[in-house]
Amino acid sequence: MAEPSHAGGGGHSPLAQFEIQPLLPLKIGGIDVSYTNSALLMTLALVIATLFITLGMRHRAMVPGRWQSMTELAYEFVANLLRDTVGHEGRRYFPFVFTLFMFVLFGNFLGLIPYSFTYTSHIAVTFTMAILIFIGVTILGFVKHGLHFLAFFVPPGVSIVLWPLMIPIELISYLSRPISLSVRLFANMTAGHTMLAVFATFVVSLGIVGGVLPLAFVIGLTGLEFLIAFLQAYVFTILTCFYIKDALHMH
Amino acid sequence: MNEGNEPAPPSDFDQRLNRARERRRGGGKESPERPGGDVKSGLAVAMRMGVELVAAVAVGTGIGLALDHWLGTKPWLMLVFFMLGGVAGIFNVIRVAKGMGGTVGYRPAAPAKAKDDEDDED
Repeated sequence: MAEPSHAGGGGHSPLAQFEIQPLLPLKIGGIDVSYTNSALLMTLALVIATLFITLGMRHRAMVPGRWQSMTELAYEFVANLLRDTVGHEGRRYFPFVFTLFMFVLFGNFLGLIPYSFTYTSHIAVTFTMAILIFIGVTILGFVKHGLHFLAFFVPPGVSIVLWPLMIPIELISYLSRPISLSVRLFANMTAGHTMLAVFATFVVSLGIVGGVLPLAFVIGLTGLEFLIAFLQAYVFTILTCFYIKDALHMH
Repeated sequence: MNEGNEPAPPSDFDQRLNRARERRRGGGKESPERPGGDVKSGLAVAMRMGVELVAAVAVGTGIGLALDHWLGTKPWLMLVFFMLGGVAGIFNVIRVAKGMGGTVGYRPAAPAKAKDDEDDED
């Protein structure tokens, strides 16, 4: 988003674009459950992703058209990712992984439209997704392997004397997964959009003559943001695949 | 006329179908390296590095602080777990760099793949 949202209380702060504004104030039992701009964008992402898939596949042509090709491309991208990392047994988790990928991808891309809102730039959103994946994968590991899953935290080939040292390290390493997963997505989106807003402010303050350079920068950065929007969705998805693989096969 | 236009004899089609089915089952050899996939996964690995290191330190320090608060051993456990978190962070980065799949576990991804068949029964 090239311009910070004008409706924000802070005026033209580069961070005003991340402000959550309630569109439909709502309170249930003292808890604020207002329908916000964040929720609106999530609904939009959901609707657009669903339309993209269902309308793209409505002809079910043997030789796909442009739209159907795009739909198949998205499907096969995630399917290949899952098969390459998890293997054949991973197919059962395809609906979950595909939904996750589309949700993050559309969140990132919709956020690039000027005056919209990027819900993936909020740690509350990304951490909720990451912790759900983390808990789900841990339960999956225990269901698949029982208490044998605890052997996951004992590194093979390490002398028993070192176990009291190695097991806490492995535990910390395991517990850092949801943090790194959520912080990566949130930090990349926030940093990118803040940078765009800052450079866009320079265009205005430097006027017609001096503003050409930052304008060129903003154009370049927008291209970079498109790459990052896709890349972050890809990283989020492939790490989910890795975690599922670890839970299924251990090591 | 028509026969001349046919792309391939049926036996070739069967072969290709079988190969496609084989790939779909994920059996046999791993799918060959796709061109262009390397750059993308290289960038993806680069993206992961820094955050992995910081996240482990943060989690370690957090655990230390919580244990201190609980056991009343004010600064000590935090210091110990800060160090452990740093070690875990370095481990994470090494694992990412060596392409060992997820963050936990020592063996590279390839031998784990070979073990798949033994794990299949559950």
